[in-house]
Amino acid sequence: MLELYGHQFSSRLLLGTALYPSPAIMADAVKAARNEIVTVSLRRESAGGKTGGQFWSLIQSLGVRVLPNTAGCHSVKEAVTTAQMAREVFATNWLKLEVIGNHDTLQPDVFGLVEAARILSEDGFEVFPYTTDDLVVAERLLEAGCRLLMPWCAPIGSARGPQNVDALRSLRGHFPDVPLIVDAGIGRPSHAAEVMELGYDAVLLNTAVAKAGDPVAMAGAFAKAIEAGREAFLAGPLEPRDMAVPSTPVIGMAAFS
Amino acid sequence: MQLIINGESREVGAGTLAALLAELDYAGGWLATALNGEVVPARERETCRIADGDRVEILSPMKGG
Repeated sequence: MLELYGHQFSSRLLLGTALYPSPAIMADAVKAARNEIVTVSLRRESAGGKTGGQFWSLIQSLGVRVLPNTAGCHSVKEAVTTAQMAREVFATNWLKLEVIGNHDTLQPDVFGLVEAARILSEDGFEVFPYTTDDLVVAERLLEAGCRLLMPWCAPIGSARGPQNVDALRSLRGHFPDVPLIVDAGIGRPSHAAEVMELGYDAVLLNTAVAKAGDPVAMAGAFAKAIEAGREAFLAGPLEPRDMAVPSTPVIGMAAFS
Repeated sequence: MQLIINGESREVGAGTLAALLAELDYAGGWLATALNGEVVPARERETCRIADGDRVEILSPMKGG
């Protein structure tokens, strides 16, 4: 079982709720993946509360746990204020903390991230920090009070898959007991399986499912790949070798010459 | 008086944040509010005075990644 801040989950896929062709397709994708945690956000409401109310009703009907984000925040102040508002609306201490540092890459501002993580952790939040694969930043986030880490594997929405497997492997090796979730950059189920085979605890993705030709089918495909990757990690994958090694026994070969 | 509500200038008559929400026809327990960059919890909206030039943010749940 996946354990995050004292709560246990069967599914190791955390799914975003944005960019789907329709709310109904989003809901079907969540069901197809047997998804237990979804990410949500807070935005300006202009229709007397009706737009947000309809979306919130749909999410509540899915019976999943919500992980509010601070997407789009570029400063500590913005992120902390958004977090406080999200806690009241969604009635949860969980928070996916994003402090964006660069418009083009949507790379986290890791300095602001650590500062915001400290402020929010001290205020009782259970922070899911969207971070890079930098080892020292990871250490600082844990010191700041985070009890799990969410490194990217490539820029948000890029669908490139793991760009620095060595760094991901290094994080796993350094923090064997900290839940590690790859957040952002996954494009295909094989990417998700790859990071799960490295021993990552879960995967958070959105665009790869929502913008697929058939989001519901793709949600199911990701769920299977993540499960397969997890089973493979537990089973102990073979390490690559430089030379060929015969699989058929060489002893007992007949001699014909 | 003139307020900046969700980034847009509006002429309103309400004196408290709760009255402002009612005046603008906002309803629902899922709304979050901030005044001049500071969070105002729902229970404090009745007593939260607003003044000319204040910046008000009214947020609600939205899809997210």
